[in-house]
Amino acid sequence: AMVHSFLIHTLCPVGALSCTESRVLYSRVFGADLTQTGPAGDREQESEARRLLQKEQLAVVARRQVRSVCALQREAAGRPGLHETGAVLGEEEAALQEADSGVLRLAEGDPFPREHTVVWLGVQALGFVLVCEAHENLLLAEGTLRSLARHCLEHLRLLGTGSEVLLKADRIEVLLHRLLPHGQLLFLNHRFKHSLDKELGACLAR
Amino acid sequence: MYASGTESLIKQARDIREEELQKFYSRISRLLHNKDYGLETIDSLQRLYLIVSSTKYGRTLPQDVLEKLQSLLCSPSTSEQLQALSSAILRESLPFDVEGLSVDFQDGRTVSYVATVTLTQARKKEEVCTLLHRLLRCLEPRQPEGQVSRHLLPILSKAMSLLPEILTEDHINLVSKKLVDWLWYTNIQQGAFLYSGGFFTGPRNRQPAPVTEVDGEVAADFFTVLCVGQNYTEDQWMSMYAFSMIRKWLLCYNSDGSGNADAAQHKKVLFSESVHHDDRSEVDGSVVSIISTSSTASRLLLPKERLREKAFEYCHRLIEQSDRKALKKSDTELQKACMIEAVTVMDIICREDPSFVYRAFPYVKALYGRVRRDLAYSRVLLPIAQFYLNHSETAAVDSEAVFRELFSIVPSEQFQEPMLAFEFTQFCRANVTVLSESVALYRQSFPNLFKFLAWNSPALISEYVELLPSLLVPENAIEILHSLLDLPCLTAAIDIQLRSPLSPRSDKFFLDQSVKVSSSMEAFRHPSYRGMFLYILRTEAGTGDTIDRLNGLHEILSDVADCPRVVQCAQTVPVLLNIFFNIVAQFGNKKLINQLVLVLLERSGLLFNIKNYKTEVQRVFSSHFLVLCKLQPSLIVEWSKELLDFTGTTGNISSKENLYTHVVWAIGEYLSVSYDKRCTVERITLFFETLEAVLFEITQVRQSASPPRFSPKVITMLMSTLAKLASRSQDLIPRVSLFLSKMRSFACSAPVTSCYSEEDIEEILTRANELINLLKLPSVAQFVLAPSQQGTSPRWHRDTNTCLPLAMRALSEVLQKGNDLLPA
Repeated sequence: AMVHSFLIHTLCPVGALSCTESRVLYSRVFGADLTQTGPAGDREQESEARRLLQKEQLAVVARRQVRSVCALQREAAGRPGLHETGAVLGEEEAALQEADSGVLRLAEGDPFPREHTVVWLGVQALGFVLVCEAHENLLLAEGTLRSLARHCLEHLRLLGTGSEVLLKADRIEVLLHRLLPHGQLLFLNHRFKHSLDKELGACLAR
Repeated sequence: MYASGTESLIKQARDIREEELQKFYSRISRLLHNKDYGLETIDSLQRLYLIVSSTKYGRTLPQDVLEKLQSLLCSPSTSEQLQALSSAILRESLPFDVEGLSVDFQDGRTVSYVATVTLTQARKKEEVCTLLHRLLRCLEPRQPEGQVSRHLLPILSKAMSLLPEILTEDHINLVSKKLVDWLWYTNIQQGAFLYSGGFFTGPRNRQPAPVTEVDGEVAADFFTVLCVGQNYTEDQWMSMYAFSMIRKWLLCYNSDGSGNADAAQHKKVLFSESVHHDDRSEVDGSVVSIISTSSTASRLLLPKERLREKAFEYCHRLIEQSDRKALKKSDTELQKACMIEAVTVMDIICREDPSFVYRAFPYVKALYGRVRRDLAYSRVLLPIAQFYLNHSETAAVDSEAVFRELFSIVPSEQFQEPMLAFEFTQFCRANVTVLSESVALYRQSFPNLFKFLAWNSPALISEYVELLPSLLVPENAIEILHSLLDLPCLTAAIDIQLRSPLSPRSDKFFLDQSVKVSSSMEAFRHPSYRGMFLYILRTEAGTGDTIDRLNGLHEILSDVADCPRVVQCAQTVPVLLNIFFNIVAQFGNKKLINQLVLVLLERSGLLFNIKNYKTEVQRVFSSHFLVLCKLQPSLIVEWSKELLDFTGTTGNISSKENLYTHVVWAIGEYLSVSYDKRCTVERITLFFETLEAVLFEITQVRQSASPPRFSPKVITMLMSTLAKLASRSQDLIPRVSLFLSKMRSFACSAPVTSCYSEEDIEEILTRANELINLLKLPSVAQFVLAPSQQGTSPRWHRDTNTCLPLAMRALSEVLQKGNDLLPA
């Protein structure tokens, strides 16, 4: 049970971008895809190309898949577009309760060479996304994503101005290191979670 | 939440000037050199991460910064925050050489942060190999440190998922043994819990207590992820990580033939080796399990076999534990995830070793008994159904009830659950062949399966594009076509059903027969609409048919026709219709094609009134009508009466122009003795007269007349078709020539010039002229206007400029040049 990547991106229209675009605010790919290695060439060039491809693949997931499906889902449910509903700092739990969520399949070759499943959570103007391998325990992935989103909202104060998602990325790293180590989904009962929360609290308090 | 200030940070990071950036690098270098790990350093590194990560193209760090970040990352004494930052920066920037990272494998946390960099930046298999082999060395029993850090397992899991083939049979056996240890021999006492007693008593160790089950009772058997303790020991953590990765591991290495190429050769050697290993997991009996009575303890098993055995027992215990009432809500959710995982793992094990099937079925069956009819557990039904699908034949177990529950009940009660809907369709996709071949209920339940699509159409359309062919057979094609056309009605109906405060089972549900219905919600509760809603909401194919009253249903649902969900659904219908017709064309079933044409004509006007819906559906109908005619040209004769009715109704021009012109074209093309001997002169004349009357009616020029509400294409199409028919029954030629010669007065009349462009008028006149000239030479006309038997796709007529075969245009030009030579 492995996760390919985790991202946080915008669902709302962003300044310079058109309203169908999305800004990826944080992305983390767990492990390089070594099946795509070409013939041994210039290492630097290869790294550069790989990095570019990865960034573009994730942008596709954010923009074309999650953002548009989330917009359609909100429209179908009669909720007010992709704008903010108004929960403020301290109301993280409420914001999560109201969050939209869904799952989609990324077909083979679009944008990844192999088929993947995307689990997403739309909290107000932000999308939280796990790109999972095709046959994943989605119930577990969903729970993990919710827990990651909750921690991000709290530890990065995302219901405030939201700038910490860019300036305190180390916090997301620490969260992922505990809750989704190397993309491994974990079967955590409430006591395991409690222990990890305590560790996180201690580590992020500083 | 996402303020413009945040956006400007990204802009600044992207647009930073080179000079500024170099200064920034040297500041960081200085700070790190001075071992200043205070706020300023942290703040600078956080900004550095933003700078290196926010651009599409990687940034190259100066060598000294790179080296300092590497040594910061690799030192166990670095704070976690700094390790996290340096690993994040190194992952995102250039250049990188993973071999430059040296790390002490004693410190799990450091290894883990270093591994995030190695696994992302690795460009060669060998780089991951090196990491993996060092990790595996930590697992070897003769390692002095004894305890393995819990951070290592996820790295192992990721590395092997990147490169499953690099594990040798030795490695696989080693890890298999360790996994058995962690799953099976984990301490069942809680971890030591150090707490500072009172002021006088001083700190003391509390007596270790056994872990409990999720309902608070003392653990009944060995440790699993569903065991709760105040604190966990290191091996309990390992047990949790081990279970988390077991599915993937079994999928990769369960098979006896897996691993590297010389696996089989290795096997014998390893088997004899393993007997000598002093490893507690070799022989059963150190822990007595209450539920593992059936385990084959008497025989020494290969590591893989042992792992299978223990993983199976573990899953069995999880299934039993899932029946306990959890004290915490989050544990209830975990129980569900565990049920899914447990059944899936059992399935994997049974696929590899069918002897497990007989042991597994009682457990899976019992679980099914517990979760069926409980909507909260619907998602658990899917792996159970998968298990039945894979193994019920081996065990001679009847699976009918499971599939009935799955296909007849779940969709109609849970269509609004997006996750379930997705997993349900994935289940169908994964098993599409076996479902369509051997589970009759699958196809039978298509009206129920469509509910998922009707509710979640944007998210599920691509799944149904794949599933539709498997649902479709000649016997149900007509019903599926109606269902597809009424899909937006289904969306509306399930939406009303969901919003209805009363269930149809309630006494007060039905309104009095005399109540006048004023909304769709009232209609839903009105006895006289009951039949229609029952039809739309039916769970199985072939039950009820209220097509006669569809108009009434569309009317009563009109208040929800613009609701976004209904509109979204309507947008997906044309996609599916295209697929539908493509498959039906492949069946090549004559009777079916004939029937379809009739449905197509009938339903072209009988559609839910949603913006653009009719137009889009008619567009699809038009192109496929031609395909059907091409497959079965004699249908023009068989449905003469219906086609005459359709084309003779001028109202159809304004409401279904696209389809109308296609039908007219098809008449001109296929009403010919070369297709069907029954195309007698009388029949051709009958069509000719009907179309002539229509053309006459729509081109009547009255000064007071309003401008035409149809495109010029209708006119040119009618003219061409009349000419074609006349060429096949030459007595009609003078009639059509006379008619065509009058087109000028129509085309130049005021209402027409006011709404058609000059090119359009020109086109009409040229066409009329061409046809008149052509018909002057009846034998040539017969050749030029004859049906194009081959070579031309039925689509070419769509383009106004190629409305007739090129031959006609060419000939027409020749004829025009020699105009003077022709008899008047």
